[in-house]
Amino acid sequence: MIALEGVSLAYGRVAAVRDVSLEVPRGGFFVLIGPSGCGKTTTLHLINRLLEPTEGRVLIDGTDARTQDPVALRRGMGFIFQAIGLFPHLSVAENIGITPRLLGRPEADIAARVDALLDLVRLPPSEFRDRLPAALSGGQRQRIGLARALAAKPAIMLMDEPFGALDPLTRDDLAAEYRAIHERLGLTTVLVTHDMTEALLLADTIAVMRDGQIVQTGSPQELLAAPADDFVRSLIETPKRRAAQLNKALAP
Amino acid sequence: MNPMIDTALARLPDYLGQHVLLSVSAIAIGLIISLPLAIAVSRVTWLRGPALAAASVVQTIPGLALLALFYPLLLALSVFTRHVFGFGFRALGFLPALLALTLYSMLPILRNTVTALASIDPAILTAARGVGMTARQSLLLVELPLAAPIVMAGLRTASVWVIGTATLSTPVGQTSLGNYIFTGLQTENWIFVLFGCVAAALLALIIDRLLSLAEDGFALRSRGRLIAAVAGLALVIGASLAPLFASVEHPIVVGTKSFDEQYILGALIEDRLHKAGFATQRRDGLGSTVIFHALEAGDVDVYVDYSGTLWTTAMHRADMPGRKPVLDQLSAWLAKRGSRSLGSLGFENAYAIAMRRDRAKQLGIETLADLAAYAPRMKIGGDYEIFSRPEWAAVTKTYGLHFGTQRQYQANFMYSAVASGDVDAITAFSSDGRIAQYDLKLIADPKQALPPYDAVLLVSPRHAGDDRLIAALKPLIGALDLSTMQQANLMVDRADDKRTPEQAAAWLDARAKVGERVGQ
Repeated sequence: MIALEGVSLAYGRVAAVRDVSLEVPRGGFFVLIGPSGCGKTTTLHLINRLLEPTEGRVLIDGTDARTQDPVALRRGMGFIFQAIGLFPHLSVAENIGITPRLLGRPEADIAARVDALLDLVRLPPSEFRDRLPAALSGGQRQRIGLARALAAKPAIMLMDEPFGALDPLTRDDLAAEYRAIHERLGLTTVLVTHDMTEALLLADTIAVMRDGQIVQTGSPQELLAAPADDFVRSLIETPKRRAAQLNKALAP
Repeated sequence: MNPMIDTALARLPDYLGQHVLLSVSAIAIGLIISLPLAIAVSRVTWLRGPALAAASVVQTIPGLALLALFYPLLLALSVFTRHVFGFGFRALGFLPALLALTLYSMLPILRNTVTALASIDPAILTAARGVGMTARQSLLLVELPLAAPIVMAGLRTASVWVIGTATLSTPVGQTSLGNYIFTGLQTENWIFVLFGCVAAALLALIIDRLLSLAEDGFALRSRGRLIAAVAGLALVIGASLAPLFASVEHPIVVGTKSFDEQYILGALIEDRLHKAGFATQRRDGLGSTVIFHALEAGDVDVYVDYSGTLWTTAMHRADMPGRKPVLDQLSAWLAKRGSRSLGSLGFENAYAIAMRRDRAKQLGIETLADLAAYAPRMKIGGDYEIFSRPEWAAVTKTYGLHFGTQRQYQANFMYSAVASGDVDAITAFSSDGRIAQYDLKLIADPKQALPPYDAVLLVSPRHAGDDRLIAALKPLIGALDLSTMQQANLMVDRADDKRTPEQAAAWLDARAKVGERVGQ
């Protein structure tokens, strides 16, 4: 469904992403993980043509993304930004309904869709519909960001650190809720994170990135069983290591 | 009520209407140009510096100078289009004022819009693309709404600037609330000056509050505030403009230069025209060469000039054939160019050098030749024009007059300056009532270095053959002698029992002699 073939993006002589190839099957949950600046956000932006590769190609459902209208392409994909990027001058309902409105859907359908999505992300519509983003907590904003991404019923979801700025409880909650939504709606998801616990809990497939390149791709079990190098090993073992440290610290 | 306030109130509909029409047009055009320009500039980054710099340079030009610059510019352009395309346009009045104020209004709008667009969180812009907006949708749905409060703040600044600066459009022939200020300054009518200041400030304040309401409307997404603001603006602008559209279509434009005698004569001419059934309009306080160009261009239909002024500055003559030949040749010259001199009103308002009588007696000064010996140790005061006029060059050359210091005054303040001893001599106007009031002596000019300055009534080419108009004005020819005019001038100039130019004109009207004909 999504395939990157030897994709590179260079700014002059500096390569942000080098020779990245990956494949996400329909209904797959693909996680890109790596340290800050490894090129994972860039890779995500290459999928919906927010950025254009200097080499290689991006295939969506088997067709080259470059042959498609970028605006139509983006309207067909849900996108959640690291900074969320809710429009501060629009109400919650207007934010959620923006893509359906751009697609020219009837207003009545949009209103119904907005309420359904607010229910889905567990925010009572009557209470939240008319609020401005400034009047929301961080967790509520991320939920609205999620609802906005889902509004036009996309088949593909691109998520950049969607649970990053949340307190741990809300974070686990929302992550679990999203996994359920992913299953229920049969979405194809590409998620960017630097949190290995999140990656291990959510992903079907994990790609570990470093310095603009993919170091290893595999299921969580495959990565745990046979890490490609010390970097992947150290990264994949972070949750286990921290659990051990915790046990030691809390031991009587 | 005070007759000055009555007069001021009577002029308010015209002045306010013109002021609002001018300001609102300038701000609207400024907005229409600046907004797309700012958007273009924020897309093409290298344009940002030059565009903002150009707008800032405009802002550093003093308002009066900017307005003044547009007149010769438009005059040249009008001559050009008349040559090439066969039509010209009015280089005086509304157009130069509009262009200058439009330029003036642009900087705040441009700067605020560029700043507002540049300061939008990049994450919001990425989000706009990410949810599938085209560049145009991002601009209209996200960037402009987010920039709107700051753009409105710029619009407010521009409005206050433009409404204030519009008062300076009076000298280029555009009626505005500045007419109160300029007229008041000339006639030492401080009630007029104050009235003009308060009216302009109130207008600026009201428009600012209404725009501030609109700004809140944008910032708080309050439709009620926006509607109230728009309704308020429509009401203020509509009410101000209504009298303009209610007025007659083609009034006779009566021009005046910027001193009392001119205002009195302007009122007198208007009065005579009204009695003959004409609608009139005033163009007050025009520069003394500007007004003649305005007459030839048809921007002014009737005004009073002085034969010597036109002789030297318009005809560029240096010879002095005498009073009657100057008048005759001037009439012939004007007729050839299409406009018409109806003849002399009967008095002269000449440039003459004046001193305190006691001082002149003490030094034994009778003629300019006597004065020349003392001049290097003396201070001379003059109006804004005299020292750069050909008459001054002629008189200084003829008598070898070289004053130690030259000072320029608002014409009104010269007389008290010489009376109080701030300066030793002034370039007085012979018909000024204050010469008698302060007991000044006019120093004789035996070599006739200064030309004669008969007050002549001029009519524009368009009305040169208008018999009804000529018949209405002809009785004024030869009807005013020097002492009558001096008395009328003094009524307006004096500090005590001060009269308005209109009152002086009414007094003059009653005294105007009938039947006597001087000049043509």
